Amino acid sequence: MSTTTFAHNTKKHNANDWLATTVIYIFSALVLIALALPIGEIIINGYDKLSFDFITQLPEDSGRSGGISSILASTALIVLIAMITATPLALCTAIMLTEYLPEHSLRSSIIRGSLDVLAGVPSVVFGLFGLAFFCQTLELGYSILAGGLTLSCMILPTLSRSITSALHTVGDEYRISGAALCLSRLSTLWHVTLPVVLPGIAVSVLLGLTRAIAETALLLFTSGYSDKMPSSITDSGRSISVHIYELATNVPGGQQSAYGSALVLLLSLLLLSVLLHLTTHKLQRRMIRG
Amino acid sequence: MHTRSNNDKAIYRKTITDRIFWSVIAVGAVIASLIMVLIVIFLVVESYDFIDRVGVLHFVTDDGWWPLDQLYNLTPMLVASLGVSFGALAIASPLAIIFSVYCVFYNKGWWQGFFERIVDVTAAIPTVIYGFWGLMVVVPIMNKFTSHGVNLFSGMLVLAMMIFPTIAMLTTSALKSVPFNQIQGATALGVRRSSLIKKIALPHAKPGIVMAMILGITRAIGETMVVLMLCGNVVQFPSSLFDPTRTLTANIALEMPYAMGDHRSSLFVTGLMVLIVVSILVIISEVYANRKRTMNH
Repeated sequence: MSTTTFAHNTKKHNANDWLATTVIYIFSALVLIALALPIGEIIINGYDKLSFDFITQLPEDSGRSGGISSILASTALIVLIAMITATPLALCTAIMLTEYLPEHSLRSSIIRGSLDVLAGVPSVVFGLFGLAFFCQTLELGYSILAGGLTLSCMILPTLSRSITSALHTVGDEYRISGAALCLSRLSTLWHVTLPVVLPGIAVSVLLGLTRAIAETALLLFTSGYSDKMPSSITDSGRSISVHIYELATNVPGGQQSAYGSALVLLLSLLLLSVLLHLTTHKLQRRMIRG
Repeated sequence: MHTRSNNDKAIYRKTITDRIFWSVIAVGAVIASLIMVLIVIFLVVESYDFIDRVGVLHFVTDDGWWPLDQLYNLTPMLVASLGVSFGALAIASPLAIIFSVYCVFYNKGWWQGFFERIVDVTAAIPTVIYGFWGLMVVVPIMNKFTSHGVNLFSGMLVLAMMIFPTIAMLTTSALKSVPFNQIQGATALGVRRSSLIKKIALPHAKPGIVMAMILGITRAIGETMVVLMLCGNVVQFPSSLFDPTRTLTANIALEMPYAMGDHRSSLFVTGLMVLIVVSILVIISEVYANRKRTMNH
């Protein structure tokens, strides 16, 4: 009697197992296809548009024809300003948290807490803040500088979190040895800790760069709409993601250029991701070698 | 943990350059921590006079959103924001869980890590590209079925694709943290793979999966570009899935470039509301994480 029940159960369980496997395989395949769709679409449609001229010429006819050289220049400037201001601040915060403050002190939890909250703020709210603070209170207007500074606030939490965790990977034996050798904290940091974590910091900066290039909403009303070649950082300038948005929604007949720009954006992100991978690889090799 | 306190006790040589360096670092850290305070101050300052003059009730009882005629009802947009985000979560999270289960328990070929890398890469795709793709592909398909191709459902669908990588990555790492000896023991007892996943792996990973979902919805509510490009931007309570609607974030991005005076202040109020909704979600996740931590002790 009991054996029959057992056999019956086994059959049922077998069927269940088979069913679960089928469902999981089908849905996973669907998901993979869905993930590949946008990338495929952009590559197929943007491929024709992509050429040397497209990257080096100025946009004409609101971007319908011509290239995206001025857009790339503005994007580069915005991202550069964001990285130049955010990286030192993130480094300061990370060094403060790992080297100077005890892990569970009040001051370190205030710093960490405020950055955690900052990480959750939506980018459009950063945009509002940038408009009120950089564009109006500091009177920078709609400019590349204002956009870059707002962007730096947004990537700061990501950046400082990953630099902090890079600094944490260095064992405390290094620091204690530094102290034992009668070095100051600064010398220990400069001669012992930093050389070890330099690849880790490079990875963090690249990660921040990826986020900065991808951002759109915040730049819509801080860095302006002008598609002219910027002559200084106080000029208004359009980033590539804003350019794609403009072409897709406000410029009838701008789709082809939008596909081209989207492909350029995807390719630059891919390049960054490859760089990131190589740097991480180098870091791992270095750690293994000791 | 105690290695750190060793470093705290280590006595370093103190030089004058070290002092100077410390003050530089301190200034940097203070500036970094002040940004959050500045954001809150600026949002409140920009909207305080206006809220004080108009009264909070107007943002929920007015006859609609006509900022130029002093009508500032934000509730349709709040409902739209919540609706589109929870909808996206409802689409994305079951798929993310299934996909993570596949990656952790089924995928044993040479491509084992490959699918996880694909998810990593898609997580870095800019949201404007998702929005553009939706406009070019999803909307025309939707147009064949309804009169408005840009509607709540298009936004939901593409938003789901956007938050999928976040949820899938965190769920995968939660599933990977299931202790190996539990899986080994279950396998030794003859438990089948499907029961192993259902009875052991998923319950064990549940806190991690819930956190992943909360993070996903936080991202969805704060997201601007996808909903701006795909939801249709008509201010109304969506009565069906296929109605065009406008979210809080899209409202800011749409009207900020030309808003003046009270209209501008009302957009800062909108921003404040987004921040409040996101903060509530962050607090929920903190409380949940803390409860799980104390339960485990």
